[in-house]
Amino acid sequence: MNHLRRFSAVLAAAVSIVPARLAAGEVTVFAAASLSDAIREVSATFEKTTGDTVRLNLGASSILARQIQEGAPADLFFSADEAKMDGLAQAGLIDASTRRSLLSNSLVVVVAADRGLTLASVHDLATPAVGRIALAETQTVPAGIYARQYLEQAGLWDAVVAKIVPTENVRAALAAVESGNVDAGIVYKTDALISRKVRVVWEVPRGEGPHISYPVAVVSGGGNRDGAKRFLAFLLTPTGRAVFVRYGFIVEP
Amino acid sequence: MNFEVWQVAWFTAWVAAAGTLLILPPGVALAWLLARKDWRGKTLVEALVTLPLVVPPVATGLVLLKLLGRRGLLGGWFERVFGIEIVFTWRAVVIAAAVMSFPLLVRTARLALEGVNPRYEQVARTLGAGPWRTFCTITLPLAARGLAAGAVLAFARALGEFGATIMVAGFIPGRTATLSLSIYHLVLLGRDDAAWVLLALSVMLAFGAVWLGEVLLRKKPS
Repeated sequence: MNHLRRFSAVLAAAVSIVPARLAAGEVTVFAAASLSDAIREVSATFEKTTGDTVRLNLGASSILARQIQEGAPADLFFSADEAKMDGLAQAGLIDASTRRSLLSNSLVVVVAADRGLTLASVHDLATPAVGRIALAETQTVPAGIYARQYLEQAGLWDAVVAKIVPTENVRAALAAVESGNVDAGIVYKTDALISRKVRVVWEVPRGEGPHISYPVAVVSGGGNRDGAKRFLAFLLTPTGRAVFVRYGFIVEP
Repeated sequence: MNFEVWQVAWFTAWVAAAGTLLILPPGVALAWLLARKDWRGKTLVEALVTLPLVVPPVATGLVLLKLLGRRGLLGGWFERVFGIEIVFTWRAVVIAAAVMSFPLLVRTARLALEGVNPRYEQVARTLGAGPWRTFCTITLPLAARGLAAGAVLAFARALGEFGATIMVAGFIPGRTATLSLSIYHLVLLGRDDAAWVLLALSVMLAFGAVWLGEVLLRKKPS
């Protein structure tokens, strides 16, 4: 019985140390997959400037929102569409006064860089030359929703729906195109810019297609609200904005 | 997206069955080799066969994706020669299920075959029966229950396959949607109520399969 008591004491001590370390200047940011590279760079700059530590959780905004709803320890949520943020706002999970719509983006159609496929117009997606199209899941993931809305608007949805390979997030759709296992994919322009293995064959003109908006807000239940506010403020500074511009995002004034 | 619960359940069951049937001949053959023969690289083979059981399923899925993809060694060849695609189709679902169930089948089948007293086989051989005839008329019937248990366990494993499947086949409703993939997707959609229904069905199917496996593995009262 002596070992058990000693073990319990050690375990209790270990467990009590953990929460203390988490609270010390660590900001947990849940951000959309398409923001991956930009937000990593912004976080690195932020960490150097303030001495805080940033922990990133990157994935489809739908999955992130779901995790926050189930009580995941996020301090800041950076979503790829307003709907996911609205959902959390309705549930009272975000600090509405901190919410800002920071970025916009455009949709592009990409193909693998080493394939000769070209599209004269987006309607060529319906031709037999394009066998499979990778999109982020079209009911829940913002990139997939935007892509579906655009295809519906263009009257192409019914023609291409059978070709669609849904992926977990937009970066997975990009990876599918890079691998050559699908013929084309619809991703954000900023994703296409990151990859050297894909080529843009069609860009949705500004003004056509759905309005893409990336809202950011502090999560109410987070452990480090001050840190989250500092990080959000940093995103809005010229330094922060410049990073996003460099990655191809459209920064809202 | 319409979720035909029964269609998904039926698809899952037949894909698992197809995968199990696919690995049955090579699995039993390998089990027999491992049970009866000894050779220099035997431990390596044993370890390789066990790999899908212990390696993270998504890792196995990644390996399969590289092999079976359009640019992969097997996938590219298959598409060139037969014009058939493997990844993101039901074929990939069957292959993923087969690969993930293979270790379970081999391990259980090996135990079943090791349980057959080799003396009976030797006696049959001295009486003039060839190795194949000995296997079919002596070894197989004696090991039948254990082999059946192995097949049932492999089937149960195939029913629940997720990690490798989502890598090579993705979740395409109506084409590659198994029970486990559908549950995952429904949870992402926030439709927990529908997910619970599929969960209940999965549990029932798996429970039935595992129960049958346990019954078969239990020693016959002699």
